[in-house]
Order: sequence, then C-alpha cells, then structure tokens
Amino acid sequence: MYDDVFIHLKDRSKEDEVADINVNTVNKYFGDVHVIKDISLDIKSQSFTVLVGPSGCGKSTMLRMIAGLEDINSGTISIDGQVVNDLPPKQRNIAMVFQSYALYPHMTVFDNMAFGLKLEKRSKDEINERVNEAARILQIEDYLLRKPKQLSGGQRQRVAIGRAITRKPKVFLFDEPLSNLDAALRVQMRVELAKLHNELDATMIYVTHDQTEAMTLADDIVVLDTGIVSQKGSPLELYDKPNNMFVGGFIGSPKMNFMPSKILSKSADSTEVDIMGMSKISVPKLSASSSEGDAVTLGIRPEHLVVNGDSDGSWESKVFVVEKLGDVTYLYLEKDGEPLVAEAEGHSDIKVGDTVKVGFPAGRCQLFDSSNQAFK
Amino acid sequence: MKKISLSSILSQLLLLFFVIVWLIPTFGLFISSLRDKDLLAISGWWTALTTTEINEIYRMSGMEAQIEEDGYFKIKGTLFEENSGKKIESFGINSKKINEFMIGDIAIFKNESEVILDQDGNYEWRSKSEFQNKKGKRLFTTSLSPPSFTFENYREVLFKEGIGRAFVNTMAVALPSTLIPLIICSFFAYSLTWMKFFGRDTLLAIIIASLVVPLQMSLIPILSIYNDFGALFGVAAKSYPGVWMAHTGFGLASTTFLLRNFLKSLPNEMMEAAKVDGASHYDIFLRIIIPLSIPAFASIFILQFLWCWNDLLVGLVFLDQVPSEIILTAKLKELLGSRGENWEILTTGAFVSMTVPLFIFFALQRYFIRGLVAGSVKG
Repeated sequence: MYDDVFIHLKDRSKEDEVADINVNTVNKYFGDVHVIKDISLDIKSQSFTVLVGPSGCGKSTMLRMIAGLEDINSGTISIDGQVVNDLPPKQRNIAMVFQSYALYPHMTVFDNMAFGLKLEKRSKDEINERVNEAARILQIEDYLLRKPKQLSGGQRQRVAIGRAITRKPKVFLFDEPLSNLDAALRVQMRVELAKLHNELDATMIYVTHDQTEAMTLADDIVVLDTGIVSQKGSPLELYDKPNNMFVGGFIGSPKMNFMPSKILSKSADSTEVDIMGMSKISVPKLSASSSEGDAVTLGIRPEHLVVNGDSDGSWESKVFVVEKLGDVTYLYLEKDGEPLVAEAEGHSDIKVGDTVKVGFPAGRCQLFDSSNQAFK
Repeated sequence: MKKISLSSILSQLLLLFFVIVWLIPTFGLFISSLRDKDLLAISGWWTALTTTEINEIYRMSGMEAQIEEDGYFKIKGTLFEENSGKKIESFGINSKKINEFMIGDIAIFKNESEVILDQDGNYEWRSKSEFQNKKGKRLFTTSLSPPSFTFENYREVLFKEGIGRAFVNTMAVALPSTLIPLIICSFFAYSLTWMKFFGRDTLLAIIIASLVVPLQMSLIPILSIYNDFGALFGVAAKSYPGVWMAHTGFGLASTTFLLRNFLKSLPNEMMEAAKVDGASHYDIFLRIIIPLSIPAFASIFILQFLWCWNDLLVGLVFLDQVPSEIILTAKLKELLGSRGENWEILTTGAFVSMTVPLFIFFALQRYFIRGLVAGSVKG
C-alpha cells in the first residue's frame, strides 16, 4: 500500500520535471524572407514530436527558436506555461543535440559531458555520478577519457546525446542528429533514441528531413511546408489521412503516386472519378467545394496498388523498370510525367516490357482538389 | 611510385634557391661573428677553416728588459699572445723588406745587434754592448694563422658596446607590445565574430580599411599627442609605455583581422551548444575559444613579436636614444656610424639581434606557417 503511494509520488515528480511546450502564432523573418508563418503548436509533455519537412521549410529554425538560439519576431513560445521569448537558452531548461555533434574538440568525452554541469557549479561527486550514468545509458563508459577526434561518428553522436542527458533538462531538442551517420548506424541509433525516450520520459522534439525517422520515432509528427504546419498528427494518421498532397507525398516510401483525374459524378457518400481516361472508380470521399467535371488528383500508395489481382478500378499498363528488393518488388509503370510505382510480391516473375493489370481498392486512395487539399 | 612532374621539380628548385639565398648570408654572418677580429679584417668568412697568411708589425721590448748572459746583453721575449697558434714563416727588420729573413736566419741591425726568432714568435735580441734603446726595434713578421674561433667578439659587443643592454631594452619593448594587443584583440575578435551588436559590420570594415594606413603617416601626430599628454602629467613623452601603446595601436588592426579570420573558422554549432549548455560569452571565450585558439595566438604572437623586434622607426621616434632605452636596431645603426670599420662588432651585433627571430622561427615554425595561412585553409 505504501509502495503504491511512493510510486504515485515518483510519477508525480517525473511529471513536474517534464514540460508542455506551447508555440503561439510565431513568426520569423530572415531579412525579407518570411520563414515561419504564424505557426501554432502544442507539444505534449513527455511526447516525442518530430518536425519534418523538406530542406528550407523552417523546421530547424522552429527548433532553434524553441532553443532560444534564434529571436522570435512575433508570437510567443512557452515552456511549462512560462513564456520564454526573452530567456537565454540556459534558462529554458533545454538541451540540444546538433547535426554536426558540436563537441568541444579540446576536451575529453567526460569533460564534454560535464561542461554544462561545471558551469552550473555542481559538486564533483554529482558531476561524476551524472556523467557516469549517462555514459552507462549510452554505452560509452570506455571512451570517457578520449578526445572527440578519437571517436567514430556514432560514438561522437552518443557523446553529444550524453551531453544533453547529464543536465537532466525538461526538453530535449534534436536537430537532424542522425544525418551525418551512415545508413546502418542511423537505423541502430534510431532504435536507441526510441529506447532513450522510453527510459527518460522527457519531452523530445526532433527535426529531420527523413520521413522514415519521423514515422518510426514519433508520437506526433508535424509536417512543415514553407513555414506553415501542413499537418500534425500521429504517424499513422498522416499516413492514412493526409490533409493535402504535400503530406501525402512526403510521408511514405516510395512516395504516393498521383494521377490526374476528373470528377464524373457526386453522390451522397461517394464521388465517381475518371482516372486518366483509363478507368473509373467510385471513391467514398467527399468535398463540398468540388463539383462535377472538376479536375482532381488521385493519390494512391504503391503498396495499395494491386497488381494482377482483384480491385475496384483497374487498367492495363506496361512495366519499364523492375526493382527487386527481396521482400517486395517495385514496378515502374508507364504514365505521362512521373512513372507510377506499384508494389508486387518479392518473388514476382514480372519482367520489363510485360503488360500488367493494376488497380486498387476504392477505400485506399486519396482525392485532392485543385488546391491540393484532401477530400474527407 | 611518386610521380615527378616538371612543376614539382621547378618548385623544388625554387625552394632550394630561396634556402640558399637565405642561408648563405646568415651562415656567413654567424661565422664572421666568431672569427678573430684581425683575421676578419683581412679575409672573408669562407676562408675561416683554412690557414691565413698575415703580415704584422711587432715591437720588441726596450732596454729595461735586457739581461747580461754569456758575454752578451740580451733581450728575450715573445711577439704573440699565448696560444695564438700562429706560425712565423719569414720576417724582416725593415718595412721595405718584410720577408728578408727566414726562421733560423740571424738578422743584424745597423748597430750590429742581432736577432733570432723562432716560428712561435720567441725572439732573442742580443748585442755585445749594452742596449740604449728606450723602445725596442720593430719586427715585421709574415706568419700563417690557423683557423681560430673566439667568443671574444660576443663578450666585447654584449658587455662593452652596450648591445647586451639594447637586447634587454628590445625585449622590454617587444614583449608587452605583443602581449597587450594579443589580449585586447582576442576579446575584440571574439565580439566581432560571435556577438551581435549594432555597427558590428561597420566596425569590421573600419578595421580592414585601417590595415592599409601606413604607420609612417601617424607617427608624428601621435608623438605630438604624447607630448601634450606627457606635459599634462609631467612625464616624459618618450618612454616604454609610449612605445608599447604605439606598437599596440599599429598592430591592432592586423591582429584583430587575423584572429577574427581564425575564430570565424570555428564551427558555429559548437558555440550554440555551449550556449545551450549554459555558458555565457565569457565562459565560451575562456573555456572554449582560448584553448582552441592557442595555435592562432602562437602564430599571431610570432608575427607581431618579430615585427616589434625588427622595428627601427617606432623605436627611434618613441624612445630616447639613451643606453637605458635604446633598442637593438637603433643601437646597430648607431654602431654602424661610430664603429663602421670594426666588422667584428657589427657582425656580432647583427647576429645577436638575429638570435631571437631565429629561435622563434625554429621553435615555433609550425605555428608560423599556420598563422600565415590562417583563415584560408580549414584546419
């Protein structure tokens, strides 16, 4: 019974340590360039939020504004209910991990990790304890006395993360931490970051341009496009119900196929469209703003295209490239403009030049209107 | 296999050429400074390792030294200083025939006194009658002098001619004149690089512009300001603090510029990481910039120090030419006028003034090169 109380208390204290982050109609200009346009975000305590988008979309700027490394032109950012617009980074109780690791080259791993604590004038014992604990979590105990240049890329990134951990901040900010690593290491570190988030229960904000990292790590994904939030939601929400063509195309790999289509007719619960003049399909999605004859775009993911099987709408198409990856085979089908990618089974015997029948179940596709917004 | 291309051969040859052009005079100066002053006056330094034929005039001792022995009045003595190593080949008693006698010959003077000489310079001058000469007769010797090296010149120059004092004075000028701008400029360069403030770029532009202002232009105005200022506080206008300030001012632009170029090459993210870690600008400067800038500091120290060490003009203008203040270059210039014929003093003095630049160059040459390419190559 007492145990329960203690556990409860422990949980409470943990909740106190971590923080909600509120971004309220924030704007940022670099000279005349409006890079962040009226962005508002709520980031829940203890969540893992990934800011994702193509380069130049403002995701790093957003992160740096939360960190306090960039000024905010208008709007407010608050951490744990406190507006931090004018607070320097050190008073925001955050830690940041940079893409280039940004380790101090003249200090040992230990000193790198202890730097923040020394500045806070912590006691020697406390510094030792915290650094050793962080080193244990990140499995870099053997390297504590080395200099950064004696470490590999993955080890350096661990040190950079360790430097963030030791200070026990409320919020962890990651600025493309894995993009300097090679592919294999990136996958490994991704898993470790996910583990770390579970272990630390801290609020984490993670910036990346890699949608795989976003999908695998995030509780919430925020897709940014040229300074505005395109969509925010859980990975599967974004995957299943993209708000617009940008999100549809950005999330998922290989990317969603887009096909020009036309609305043939509308009914109470579905819309009938014509796909490139090759096929007709009735889609259970509606948009108030569309009318018969409008040009729309139909989006369908490669994995939802059915090759030589039963489907709602189907047509025949010629294969001009076959990519065999073992578990799946990607077929590149002829289409005006960009090719259509379809996923077939791993040991498919379809060859280049073959003609295949492709189609898809009506429920799997997305419709986007002329302003690229999705039909609900 | 390393590929040998024409351009690499050419560049190697060019390098060799520069090395020779630089090395030969330096080496010559060094050898000359160690040679005997008499040898130095008659033969070049490249003959230093061979024996040299020298003609000299000596005077034998006078009548006070005579002793009576074996029915002769004799005057014995030696011409050379001890351990001179010189070997007499021939001698004469007449300035017109200085090679008249060989060793072992007996030379007879007009008054029938005779002299014998061995090759080490020991002579025996004898006469049947008592010597009446107050001064001894002259002997003209032709002798071979072996290579001889001596530190005598250095002793002379350092302690008698005042070069030693001038050396200390130059140190007293150059060291603070290097350290003060280095300290000021490291703060300045940091703020120009990593702090945001109004007018930063304008300030930088002014610094770059002032790089091209020749210091000769401002010497006299500054001295006149010093005069007014000195008069105000009753201190001499020409003094060490004055020359320190002058060097500091003249070095400020280039030092700041070089340091800023170096600091600019440090990664921005590292500074931001430190900021997030809770470091103030002062912490960043002290704990990150300074340790990482040691190579840059060293190379800028070298450049500025050598500049101050070799400077003549500023030292002439801002210091009095008195023993307690005169700097090496000014002292050498002074010696060139007053002791222009004493090569041993000039060569030795010049070499003394070179020792510090040479030492610095050899001890710190890797920083030297790094400093010259600072900012152009990412280290």
